[in-house]
Amino acid sequence: MSTQLPMMEKEPGSATLVATLSIAGFISGLILITIYLATFDTIAANKARELREAVFRVLPGVTQMQKLRFDGKTLVVLPADARDDENTLYGGYDAEGRFIGYAIANAGPGFQDTISVLYGYDPAARKMVGMWILDSRETPGLGDKIYKDAAFVANFDDLVMEPQIIAVKRGTKARENEIDAITGATISSKAVVRIMNEAHAFWGEKLSGTPPALEKQIERVNHGNTLK
Amino acid sequence: MDNLLWIFISTLLVNNFVLAYFLGLCPFLGVSGRLETSFRLGLATTFVLVITALCAWVLNTYVLTHAPYLRLISFIVVIASTVQFIEMAIKKLSPSLFQSLGIFLPLITTNCAILGLAIFATNRGYGLLEGLTFALGAGAGFTLAMVLMAGIREETEIGEVPALVRGTAFNLIIAGILSMAFMGFAGLFSST
Amino acid sequence: MATHSNKPTAYDELLKGLWRDNPVFVQVLGMCPMLAVTNSAFNAVVMGLATFFVLVGSSLLVSALRQWIPRPVRISVYVIIIATFVTVADYTLLALLPAAHKELGAFLPLIVANCMILGRQEAFASKHTVKFALMDAIGMASGFMLALFALGSVREILGEGKLFGLALFGDHFEPWVIMILPPGGFLTLGLLLLIFNWVTERKREFLAQVAEQQAGNR
Repeated sequence: MSTQLPMMEKEPGSATLVATLSIAGFISGLILITIYLATFDTIAANKARELREAVFRVLPGVTQMQKLRFDGKTLVVLPADARDDENTLYGGYDAEGRFIGYAIANAGPGFQDTISVLYGYDPAARKMVGMWILDSRETPGLGDKIYKDAAFVANFDDLVMEPQIIAVKRGTKARENEIDAITGATISSKAVVRIMNEAHAFWGEKLSGTPPALEKQIERVNHGNTLK
Repeated sequence: MDNLLWIFISTLLVNNFVLAYFLGLCPFLGVSGRLETSFRLGLATTFVLVITALCAWVLNTYVLTHAPYLRLISFIVVIASTVQFIEMAIKKLSPSLFQSLGIFLPLITTNCAILGLAIFATNRGYGLLEGLTFALGAGAGFTLAMVLMAGIREETEIGEVPALVRGTAFNLIIAGILSMAFMGFAGLFSST
Repeated sequence: MATHSNKPTAYDELLKGLWRDNPVFVQVLGMCPMLAVTNSAFNAVVMGLATFFVLVGSSLLVSALRQWIPRPVRISVYVIIIATFVTVADYTLLALLPAAHKELGAFLPLIVANCMILGRQEAFASKHTVKFALMDAIGMASGFMLALFALGSVREILGEGKLFGLALFGDHFEPWVIMILPPGGFLTLGLLLLIFNWVTERKREFLAQVAEQQAGNR
């Protein structure tokens, strides 16, 4: 920056400056639109696949799903690309289109940072049937067991959610609404449970009605293409 | 309210921008020699961060829903020009304020913490109020880290540190220890 | 900066970025957002490759267009060019390697704020021919990637006992979890800088000794 270049040309006028910037901006815009359109389909497909896999994981037996929103009274079916908010969730159906359960996402503070959880809920049995951590930055080796420890994740495969889920010391699980917390990561375990309890307090009663029929399925599962 | 408090404390202590996200390292390592300067730079940065949060929110709400591919470029251009504009305004309106804070402003615009804040707030889908709280927390966290670092560095200046170690390597190791200390804040919110 | 008496060749420009003017170890540039993603060798390499793409692309373009960029707005033009390349890298990675993109996440766009990249445009690419600018960019980007890789592998080996996800030690190895956490980033870079300084210092002493001996022999 301090290098003094010999002044070989006269100072360019402001018209030149504006023109240069506009041209640069225009070309850059063109390139960006091109790359955006070129990658759009792949990115959308990746995102849809990730979500689908998560929903199928928390709701065993599900092969089709659709996005739903609670509009104050009932659940209405949304197009797959509709925006997510706190009133949206997913309905899961089997191959014949029979309703199996809801997949509910919620997030809250964990030990380090926000944890995002997705869980499967069977309204008929009023039970949780599976859970999956969508996103977390919990401590490697300790807090990350909330998704790496298969035994912990299995806690949620058949769990009574009422009156509340309670995390207890590993090995002391006695009731149907209790889970074994991770040794050394009690705070992360309790955070997961609290996020679920909050979501259930919000959703529990809203989901007691008849589930909506399958209308706009997002996509049929491709059995040969699941991760892990 | 709970949520805002969590955002603030989380960015201030648990996920401190400098010590956990490595954002704003350049001034952290470069300018933190003097306590007084560090504090003023911290304040000026907080100010720019708040402006950034505002800009990012406006862009995200009104522009980028239609053209997400312009996100990065528009963040840079809008933030830089807004800060430049404010710098000129401060220079005109209050020369004394400009003397104490304004001189840092051009330096701060190129700070990665600024762009980092805009991008993090967007990724997390923060609204206006959440974004502003996030910016205040990040700014306060940055100031805290700067001041702590400057304090330690002023102390070590009279200590016997081998010449080979002095400089960036030494500062980084101090930063590592500070960062370790800040890890102790994790779980602050969930333990209740 | 350079102490060459004769004009450096394109080859010199390529090599200087690797050790003598290594952007990380010597200039300590561009570490701001990058330290965050050096918690594994793989992340470090992906980030290094993205930076490589952006730096080489921008240098090429800036140097090719240097006659047409008016000086008063040059920085703005550089930033537009760099931001365009970063966005292209961002979308490409999101489409091709979504898993890696999730790990690097918010830090990928922050390549824009990497002072090393803008620095090379201002200090080198805008003043040299395409050939030299390209060599300089490749050298600097490789040096940067090398440094990121060194950081990433040290942190992954100590913090997880693995390299590129492959376990290196038996089950008895107790990982130093702290190394893959943020403090590990500061400490590892600090220690690597120390080693780098030490080697450079030893080399300088050695050369001085040799010179002294030669002077004594005469």
